[in-house]
Amino acid sequence: MTAHGRGKSVPPKVWAGVVLVALALALLPFVAALAGQAWVRILNFAMIYIMLALGLNIVVGFAGLLDLGYIAFYAVGAYMYALLASPHFGIHLPFWVILPLGAGLACIFGILLGAPTLKLRGDYLAIVTLGFGEIIRIFLNNLNTPVNVTNGPQGVNLIDPFHVAGFSFARAQSILGVPFSGPQKYYYVLLLLTIGVIVINIRLQNSRLGRAWEAIREDEVAAKAMGINTRNVKLLAFAMGASFGGIAGGIFSATQEFVSPESFGLFESIIVLAMVVLGGMGNIPGVILGAILLTLLPEVLRSTMEPLQNALFGRVLLDAETVRLLVFGIALVAIMLYRPAGLWPSAVRKRELEVPKVVAE
Amino acid sequence: MSHLTLLIAEDVSKRFGGVQALADVSFTINHGEIYGLIGPNGAGKTSLFNVLTGIYAPDGGTFNFDGEPLERVKPNEVAERGIARTFQNIRLFQNLSALENVMIGRHVRTRAGVFGAILRDKGTLAEEAAIEKRSYELLEYVGVAKRANDLAKHLAYGDQRRLEIARALATEPKLLALDEPAAGMNATETQALKRLLEDIRRDGITILLIEHDMKLVMSVCDRVLVLDYGKKIAEGTAATVQNDPKVIAAYLGGEVTLNLKGA
Repeated sequence: MTAHGRGKSVPPKVWAGVVLVALALALLPFVAALAGQAWVRILNFAMIYIMLALGLNIVVGFAGLLDLGYIAFYAVGAYMYALLASPHFGIHLPFWVILPLGAGLACIFGILLGAPTLKLRGDYLAIVTLGFGEIIRIFLNNLNTPVNVTNGPQGVNLIDPFHVAGFSFARAQSILGVPFSGPQKYYYVLLLLTIGVIVINIRLQNSRLGRAWEAIREDEVAAKAMGINTRNVKLLAFAMGASFGGIAGGIFSATQEFVSPESFGLFESIIVLAMVVLGGMGNIPGVILGAILLTLLPEVLRSTMEPLQNALFGRVLLDAETVRLLVFGIALVAIMLYRPAGLWPSAVRKRELEVPKVVAE
Repeated sequence: MSHLTLLIAEDVSKRFGGVQALADVSFTINHGEIYGLIGPNGAGKTSLFNVLTGIYAPDGGTFNFDGEPLERVKPNEVAERGIARTFQNIRLFQNLSALENVMIGRHVRTRAGVFGAILRDKGTLAEEAAIEKRSYELLEYVGVAKRANDLAKHLAYGDQRRLEIARALATEPKLLALDEPAAGMNATETQALKRLLEDIRRDGITILLIEHDMKLVMSVCDRVLVLDYGKKIAEGTAATVQNDPKVIAAYLGGEVTLNLKGA
């Protein structure tokens, strides 16, 4: 008997659904490849952003702590991977060693950020976290003297891709007669990690700890009066959120094979926050939807704006990049106007209670 | 102190700027009684609650709870020691279901951590099931079980007050401190509340009750403490307190009485 399945067997319809979704997800990179390998890379980015958004959702959506410097943890994870798997220091550790290390280091940074900000809420917390995000970025930018740790604004390149024994995830190769490109191989690794992150998030939300986070979000004074140690529980939220950021950062490093401080600016923090807020704060499916939409939308606009203008006016009036940002902005404003709780807001979690039923059966 | 005593307050003081909210208030609460705390608006009743439950630090004085001093403790530690409270202006977790509100009350008596949550081992699953079962029982106990899956903010006012009591009971308190539970209730609801308070007492939980509904206070409380301008002006059984001239003056206004006499 499980906590929520209540021992009922899964109906065949649900199984059929699961199989269909699994099949669709398995074939997706090949469908995307029809439009070009770039779209497979975009899918991979969407999954990295899902992990980031879910991590931030723990802090912002569950615990209600507005964090504008979240990208710092992504940077910590990315640089951890870059420095431990590149010619920069001549260290080449395998990815399955570095990813947990990166998550752990990000976790420690999460606590470092959380500890001094425990008494802050809302705007004040946002300002401090924003500053924290910038501090990390500026450190990365300037830590090339006196000892060259991060290689400064030039960034670190030639980062090792994921590889296990002789098998590299970056190289194109045929497996059982099916040609796989590098991004397609990464897709499957990312898919597994993303599903793992989603499962962990769902389990965290439906736990004693998840309820404590939501209690703090709803009313901190009442949460304390009910015996919740708000200090520890908030620090746990920062730490857990940060560790997912650290994992996403490590994968980003490996797939790009290059990192520089430029990738971790305030704008990135805001984009990830936008994914959480637009999708539906605190609701895991909503946040996933938000991450997918905000990754795909700009790319779709980028690829359609120029041909569209050519067809309508016979020439390109506005630069694709300009239109992209404009439409993107309008879309964000429209969503916030018409769906202020997000595209897929959280619903009440109904609990099927067995108390009266068991007696009847 | 006798084994009958649950809480001893000695010379508790609290000042906010120029306002002496509490001035050397002393009292004792015995095991198993319903102890009333009354006084006109601004008398310091809620301040006393906030000092007792660790939301404010007292400027002076001490509390001794269940044989041990209650000093410089945080609100969550107070809950852990066995004092649960409700709030004058209802403070439920609005966007969570009624059942989840009570489940959060179980937090302090349960243990599962991050790894339990992620791995869902047998122990954690059993604990979760027990939390859910106990919370549902508590909802039935206060009479809100039908609304278990509704958001707390969608409950009727009286139900919200009862849900707050269920949430407080979920922490397994020795002392339940209720801040105006009957406020905004009609006569029928107040009667039901009275029965609930008596049930809670019968189950061995001591109650500290702030209330403005004098009929309820006089019918349910074993002893009553009266505060006025932060000072204790009377303490005793409902009947004694009711006839105390100082209490009557505090409620009806001392100066007015004097003026009438002068005229």
